[in-house]
Amino acid sequence: MSILVDEKTRLLVQGITGREGSFHAARCAEYGANLVAGVTPGRGGQSFQDSVPVFNTVDQAVRETGANTSLIFVPPPFAADAIVEAADAGIPTIACITEGIPVMDTVRVVRYLRDKPVTLIGPNCPGMISPGARCKAGIMPGAIHMEGRIGVVSRSGTLTYEAVGQLTGLGIGQSTCVGIGGDPVSGTSFVNILQMFEEDDETDGVVLIGEIGGTKEQEAAEFIGSDFTKPVVGLIVGQSAPPGKRMGHAGAIITGSAGRASEKVKALSAAGVAVAPSPGAIGSTVRDVMG
Amino acid sequence: MNVHEYQAKRILAEYGVPVPRGGKATSPAEVEEIARGLGGRAVVKAQVHAGGRGKAGGIRLVSSAREAGEAAAALLGTRLVTFQTGPDGVPIHSVLVEETIDVARELYLGLLIDGAAGGVTVIASEAGGMDIEEVAETTPERILRVVVDPVLGLQPYQGRRIAYGLNLPAELIRPVAGLIGNLYRLFEQRDCALVEINPLVVTSDGRVLAVDAKLNFDDDALFRHREVADLRDTEQEDPLEVEAHGADVSYVKLDGDVGCMVNGAGLAMATMDVIQGAGASPANFLDVGGGADEEKVARAMEIILTDPSVSRVLVNLFGGILRCDVAARGIVMAAERMPEAMRPMVVRMLGTNAEEGRTILAESGLDVTLVDDLGGAAEAIKAASQ
Repeated sequence: MSILVDEKTRLLVQGITGREGSFHAARCAEYGANLVAGVTPGRGGQSFQDSVPVFNTVDQAVRETGANTSLIFVPPPFAADAIVEAADAGIPTIACITEGIPVMDTVRVVRYLRDKPVTLIGPNCPGMISPGARCKAGIMPGAIHMEGRIGVVSRSGTLTYEAVGQLTGLGIGQSTCVGIGGDPVSGTSFVNILQMFEEDDETDGVVLIGEIGGTKEQEAAEFIGSDFTKPVVGLIVGQSAPPGKRMGHAGAIITGSAGRASEKVKALSAAGVAVAPSPGAIGSTVRDVMG
Repeated sequence: MNVHEYQAKRILAEYGVPVPRGGKATSPAEVEEIARGLGGRAVVKAQVHAGGRGKAGGIRLVSSAREAGEAAAALLGTRLVTFQTGPDGVPIHSVLVEETIDVARELYLGLLIDGAAGGVTVIASEAGGMDIEEVAETTPERILRVVVDPVLGLQPYQGRRIAYGLNLPAELIRPVAGLIGNLYRLFEQRDCALVEINPLVVTSDGRVLAVDAKLNFDDDALFRHREVADLRDTEQEDPLEVEAHGADVSYVKLDGDVGCMVNGAGLAMATMDVIQGAGASPANFLDVGGGADEEKVARAMEIILTDPSVSRVLVNLFGGILRCDVAARGIVMAAERMPEAMRPMVVRMLGTNAEEGRTILAESGLDVTLVDDLGGAAEAIKAASQ
């Protein structure tokens, strides 16, 4: 089955006429995703690449095309509005790629979505891809992926590609790869994704990539220790980062000891996760543990 | 984005938070005048973006206007080195002169974005004036926490709960509960990342005052707060970080000698860890970003090379949106602009147009070691260190 995206995904891209939106919409379609619609207010009636209809509102797009997954490239000041518009139009799976959304906007949106049947991936994330279903809703390079049975979940973009590259290089394929985003507040946690992988009969094991800052990895460790039955390989980056300095991701700043890499490694190891000794050893650790 | 204490206190005062009497000054004469107005006895506080000012000698207690002027003369125009700054310290261009306070109790009050709670959490403690992280670790029972629902905002009972939890006398419950409500209003209206009052002092005559204050604003929200963005003091930041900010490159200066250029924050941290694992130490964090063009890569490389402590550079790029050939041309462009600054490079490129990128660098005549993976990068760094 894979998780989040599969053969049944009917993809909508919000911000499809922008530079990034149009570029990545085309890459997703090329990879094999069923791109059914785009939305850009004021551009309704146009078509994208002469084949995909563009609508003024998400509601219209959903009614006319049955879109069930939205990928958002709307600029930061308007991104929160775009997420809520997608949710209100009944789209159950939303991935927001936009980087640099004011954190209070995300706080309000995540609170709004809390009691709704909506999964928000991101913001500030690479999206998700299920190679077996040839479905990509994100900005990752499709070609590095390979169909298989290992799930990948990470807070980062290019570091996820690094992990996937190592896996594919060793002939280990992936069921679904998800980037949950680097912001301090995000729509979906490691635990949410682990729950999905636990229930997915096409996923045999998971690679979980965390980083310094916050306590998301500790929450994941707690869940893995009690409720997750599949093998997990972990990696925590930022061991060399000094406290008090923010490393690009808004969440990646060590405040308090829980945010340190060593504490996260300790929590994951205690939960039975095989933690890769270095960023270059993700693939080999998976081979050794799950091979 | 950080602001100075005097700026933070002006904003707090706008939100009805009582602060000590006093004013900001940039010359000893001004300082003397303010101190005279306060009756002579005063505190002269260096205005820098760094904690640990007291221990570093940046806060002086004076008993006359003349002493205040002398203290200011000793501070202004110098650099303050604290445990939070590098060895060069940060420049003192202004001081805050304030009345002295008779302290009965020191409390801690902070509001911050709490990722686990998905919103703003108010933290309070009777152990004010101390390092709150240490208090939280050693005596967690002395920390009070309240999570605010972003739809409802901070509820009056939550403010009262904290005020009662701090064991305040009856007459201070309402003022402190109200003050907490005002701080949340500030946090939300100005898009803060951190509002911290440490200490919040109860004076011996029963008043409450914010004696020190720290405000940090969400960089991503500055576009809708011009008045906040204008408070930025780039003199307090590392000059290379300021330049990187202008070039839209995410750069943090570190202590080591291996410069690194990477695309993506997570991969950049991973690359720093690889450098450390190889027994060396990173000179910086640098995320050149996803959609970088030649010019941006060139500027990023120039920023790395401008750091005199860099002895060699590790480039680690996973081409996706960023094309490796474009990045390679950017690196060559930087080498042409500052040939004398070039250092030996270890380069790892993967993904979109990686082969073209590697060829461009191999044929550039630059001192480049091309490696295939992170393991190879570690070995090349290790070999160069020996």
